[in-house]
Amino acid sequence: MDAPTLRATALGKRFGDRVALRDVSFELAGGEILAVIGPNGAGKTTLLALLAGAISPSEGSVGAPAGERIGWVPQQTAVYSKLSVLENLRLFARLERVADPDAAVATMLEQTALTDRADEQLGRLSGGNRQRVNIAVGLLADPAVALLDEPSASLDPRQRERLWRFITARARAGTAVVFATHDIGEAERYADRVLVLADGELLYSGPPGELGGRSEGDLETAFVEFLRERGH
Amino acid sequence: MAAIRWLLEKDIRILRRSPVLSLLLIVYPAVVAVLIGLALSRGPGLPRVAFLNEIPPSQSVISLGKTRIDINSYERHLFQALTLVTVKTRAQALADVRDGTTLAALIIPASLPHRLASGEETAYIQVVYNGSAINQELVQSAIDSKLGQANALLAAQLEKVAGSYIDLLLSGGKLSFLGETFNVLGLRASAQVLSAVLAGLPAHSPLHARLAPVANFAKIAVTNLGTSKAVIGAVAAPVVARNQYVNGRRTPLDFYAVAVAVTVSLMFVCLLLASGMLALEREENTLERLRRGLVAPGALLGEKALLAAAAATAVGFAMLAGIGIFVTLDWSRAGLWLLAVAGGSLAFATLGVALGGLVRDVRAASLLALLVSFPLVFLALVPAGAVASGLYDAIRVVSAVFPFKPAFEAVDAAVNRSSPGVWVSLAHLGALIAGFGALARFGLRG
Repeated sequence: MDAPTLRATALGKRFGDRVALRDVSFELAGGEILAVIGPNGAGKTTLLALLAGAISPSEGSVGAPAGERIGWVPQQTAVYSKLSVLENLRLFARLERVADPDAAVATMLEQTALTDRADEQLGRLSGGNRQRVNIAVGLLADPAVALLDEPSASLDPRQRERLWRFITARARAGTAVVFATHDIGEAERYADRVLVLADGELLYSGPPGELGGRSEGDLETAFVEFLRERGH
Repeated sequence: MAAIRWLLEKDIRILRRSPVLSLLLIVYPAVVAVLIGLALSRGPGLPRVAFLNEIPPSQSVISLGKTRIDINSYERHLFQALTLVTVKTRAQALADVRDGTTLAALIIPASLPHRLASGEETAYIQVVYNGSAINQELVQSAIDSKLGQANALLAAQLEKVAGSYIDLLLSGGKLSFLGETFNVLGLRASAQVLSAVLAGLPAHSPLHARLAPVANFAKIAVTNLGTSKAVIGAVAAPVVARNQYVNGRRTPLDFYAVAVAVTVSLMFVCLLLASGMLALEREENTLERLRRGLVAPGALLGEKALLAAAAATAVGFAMLAGIGIFVTLDWSRAGLWLLAVAGGSLAFATLGVALGGLVRDVRAASLLALLVSFPLVFLALVPAGAVASGLYDAIRVVSAVFPFKPAFEAVDAAVNRSSPGVWVSLAHLGALIAGFGALARFGLRG
């Protein structure tokens, strides 16, 4: 494995008395796609928010090579509904201190097929299109690491297919990708490795095939059996 | 600084796309300024009061000695403070009050001249009230004030009558009674007569011992009765107020109202805008995106506070300028107005971002801002002496840790030269800005 692009060391997070995540460690190389799966409340969103630096860890640390950008696509769209698609992208390109904001915005509009809707206000777009803008904002600084929290949740099958084409292309170009999902099939199809979280605890880290090999059924069946075996 | 600029541009664009809010920011100061200006420049309307004078015209003039007093001449004092609607009967007066045609009824009973002339019974006028406590207070204040003036004039007339009787007792003269005229000797002449009689008596006359005390009494009576006129004059107006104001210039009530209106406007614009704009970042889920290194928390809070303060400063200054069209304000102090309005706005805006950091959406931020601000305004305007001293001390402390009172004092000092001065209030506001800034920064922590 090449020098890691992202390293989580003994990462933990508490909200008051509640432990949302405990002792999670892993490394991620450039070009690698990592799926984070687990039941509701497992700590997937907390892990991605910690990796993104949106919240501070209670224990442990997150390491990335100096100067490398980390792109973050939160689970809920985090864009301004009174601004147009173009205005949102331009604002965040400037705040990310992208060298050529206009060029980055134009590229992202093209890659997410939003050029025709560039002047429309976000509040007037469908949930799927808002999510596309959310993804575009997260990735427009061409980050070395892309963190995507349930990126395909509100997309129709055609948009989902386009999204994964876009993400895998990014990974091929060297971007390390971490995505959280409830869609086990998506993890099996696109991830090089999966992390299984339950109740804030890291239960499994390895290729999806190994997790699937534990059962005679598909990966989803194997995942459910695995959680049951571990008491979750 | 570049990040603040981009965020400012973004927030202004969002505000421009909220037509109701933008319209409110422009229309509000204009409407409030015009209303206050009109209210101050035109003065209050006189309360309508039903008026019944039961004194027959033939009895409206009373005679006290040589002085004749026309009771009806005192009506004009009441006309100055009230719009009197003359009625013919008590029933009509009461009906007008009951159905709201008039706020009160003022009845001058037929017995008034007799009571005044006799001096044995207190003369009175009857007032019938209806309506709300505020209306009653308004009419009562107007009647009490003008009745006081009428009483003072009447007292001056009575003083003259009493004075003429004292002069007669002292110096003597002619007294008319029941159509006949009598010569009165007077105390001074009596004393002289007695002295002359005593001087002419033989040295051993027994009348010396009997007349000497009478002569002494006459001398003492002349001396003391001479001062009685001055005493009666003093009783007519025992105390008059000579006003002196410490702690700078007194603020006339009209201009006090200007300072209150401007400060309340600053408070609402700042609290609602600053808390709302910060809460909007949470509502849109963009706060976490911004916080992860795109914008420093202090810069984010500063940007929201600056935007709200700038908008409120424009609103406050526009209000003052608008009011200045109707009433005379000292434009040479416009620089101080701007400073006071800006300082107050920034303090309110900092409180606004501190509140905005506590809530997750704009509606909750607006509600919180209103809940916090209303009691603060009322507390800050409670005058000393209106409540128990311990409670007033507590109110002073609460008012001092929130920006309304110092902001109001800064605006009042800038507009009306009241105390404490603008700079003292600005220093107070500066301390509050630092305190609420730290609180807002704490509320925004991840």
